[in-house]
Amino acid sequence: MRKFKEFIIEKLILICGLASIFFVILIFLFLTKEGLAVFKSVTPANFILGKSWYPISEPAQLGILPLILGSLMVTLGAAIISIPIGVACAVYIAEIAPLKIKEILKAGIELLAAIPSVVLGFIGMVTLVPWVKSTFHLPTGLTALSGSIILAFMAMPTIVSVAEDALYSVPKSYKEGAFALGATHWQTIYRVLLPAASSGIVAAVMLGIGRVIGETMAVMMITGNAAVIPQSILVPVRTLTATIAAEMGEAVVGSEHYFALFAIGIVLFIMSFIINVTADLFLHKRR
Amino acid sequence: MFKKGSLILAMLMFTVSAFAGNNKNSMQIKGSDTMVNLGQAWAEKYMEENPGDFVAVTGGGSGTGLSSLISGTCDIAMSSRDIKDKEIILAKQKGINPFEIKVALDGLAVVVNPANPVSKLTLDQLADIFRGKITNWKEVGGKEEKIVILSREVNSGTHVYFKEHVLRKGKADGKEEFASGALLLSSSQAIADEVAGNPSAIGYYGMGYISSKQKHIDVASDEKSAYINPNIENVISGKYPISRPLFLYTNGQPQGLIKKFVDYTLSKEGQGIVVKTDFVPIK
Repeated sequence: MRKFKEFIIEKLILICGLASIFFVILIFLFLTKEGLAVFKSVTPANFILGKSWYPISEPAQLGILPLILGSLMVTLGAAIISIPIGVACAVYIAEIAPLKIKEILKAGIELLAAIPSVVLGFIGMVTLVPWVKSTFHLPTGLTALSGSIILAFMAMPTIVSVAEDALYSVPKSYKEGAFALGATHWQTIYRVLLPAASSGIVAAVMLGIGRVIGETMAVMMITGNAAVIPQSILVPVRTLTATIAAEMGEAVVGSEHYFALFAIGIVLFIMSFIINVTADLFLHKRR
Repeated sequence: MFKKGSLILAMLMFTVSAFAGNNKNSMQIKGSDTMVNLGQAWAEKYMEENPGDFVAVTGGGSGTGLSSLISGTCDIAMSSRDIKDKEIILAKQKGINPFEIKVALDGLAVVVNPANPVSKLTLDQLADIFRGKITNWKEVGGKEEKIVILSREVNSGTHVYFKEHVLRKGKADGKEEFASGALLLSSSQAIADEVAGNPSAIGYYGMGYISSKQKHIDVASDEKSAYINPNIENVISGKYPISRPLFLYTNGQPQGLIKKFVDYTLSKEGQGIVVKTDFVPIK
């Protein structure tokens, strides 16, 4: 009887374990099935490299190059802002801060992670957008830069907590060895701890970027959503995620437009897949 | 065995639904996508007040609605345009006598920031601005400032209406599009907020959203016509150019259940729902 119970529990856990893989496969199959149908009406090259996105016109123009570049522009901006600040913050928390400040900082960062993205988007809309407009003398503050700044806030908690963990798990003996050789505190951090924790820091950065590229709500609220190829970071952009979110509600099921939105989903899927694989490759190379 | 069972079940369901279709207390409403939300809001409230009556509302477009009225597959057609002569002739041939009831009006206000000196534009100027041909406010008598175009997202009926009636001036085969640099915002409120904070922005939305934080533009059909203020009176009288009546069509004078529903839409309560769904009441 007990053996039977064990057996049942074991199998149940196995099913739970397999469920996640099963769902990923199902999602991918569904995405592919719905998304690839768009290539009946537009060639893959024209879809990826097409410069105009007028999905509801007759005939529809389904070119997502502006959307891809928009997503990349916002992500790049967010990475440039969040990586240095995030890593520096992790170094401070892990190495320099006294215990009390450390606790406060950690709690604060966890709190930042808990803010829903729509709230950040709303705050960005009323505070950041007018600021960007007046600081850079732009016709509108709804720009890629505004999106990047807000997304940097979102990526930061991930980057800080994962990078801090990585720094924390560097063996104590490394640090002690460095001190024993006469290195200053800064030299120890810069020459010993950061290189030793680099694989974890790369993972932190990749996880942060992964969060940024998939973010939708805040981006949709503050980037202006104009489907033009961005010439700088100070112009409005339309991201892949915002396009799906804004247009899926009314796209007629089974129409060209509907399939095109699923195809955008595939593109997003591939992009985040590439980010994960890059992170993985990098991690394994280090070891 | 299982197959047989499901077949019987399917047949049973079919008979039940066919029966429900013939039920005296149910009616089908079909037509204009612009009016679907309005129709559904009416139907919901109406069914709350009249339990036992059933109203089904579906979209598909004004043309679809009118053609199902003609073929007898719906009881009321919603339409955001007049019935065409061709359709009336077709209906008469089938023994259907389309009866028109004006139930609401649809007016769009074009708005700018109160700091913007421009306060009136012609339809041609509006079309050129939103198509990106006019890019600076000084071309229409304003300051030396780049125009920031705000539009609704493509899923919005307002976006489509504005494109068809202002950019394409009602031509069905028009090719004009919004400028690709136009900012697409997800709600009328977002447009209102951006216009309120941006002196070089221009946007449009249902008249219900006008407030003192934005300035609405007086619009003229062409250079010789008068510039008309977008208010309820001017929409009702038909003077304001970016507005249109919304109709219900029935077969002959509405009677019985259909009359009850049509009367409800024209009642104070029904017209209140018109206002809530951002259209202009006719009374």
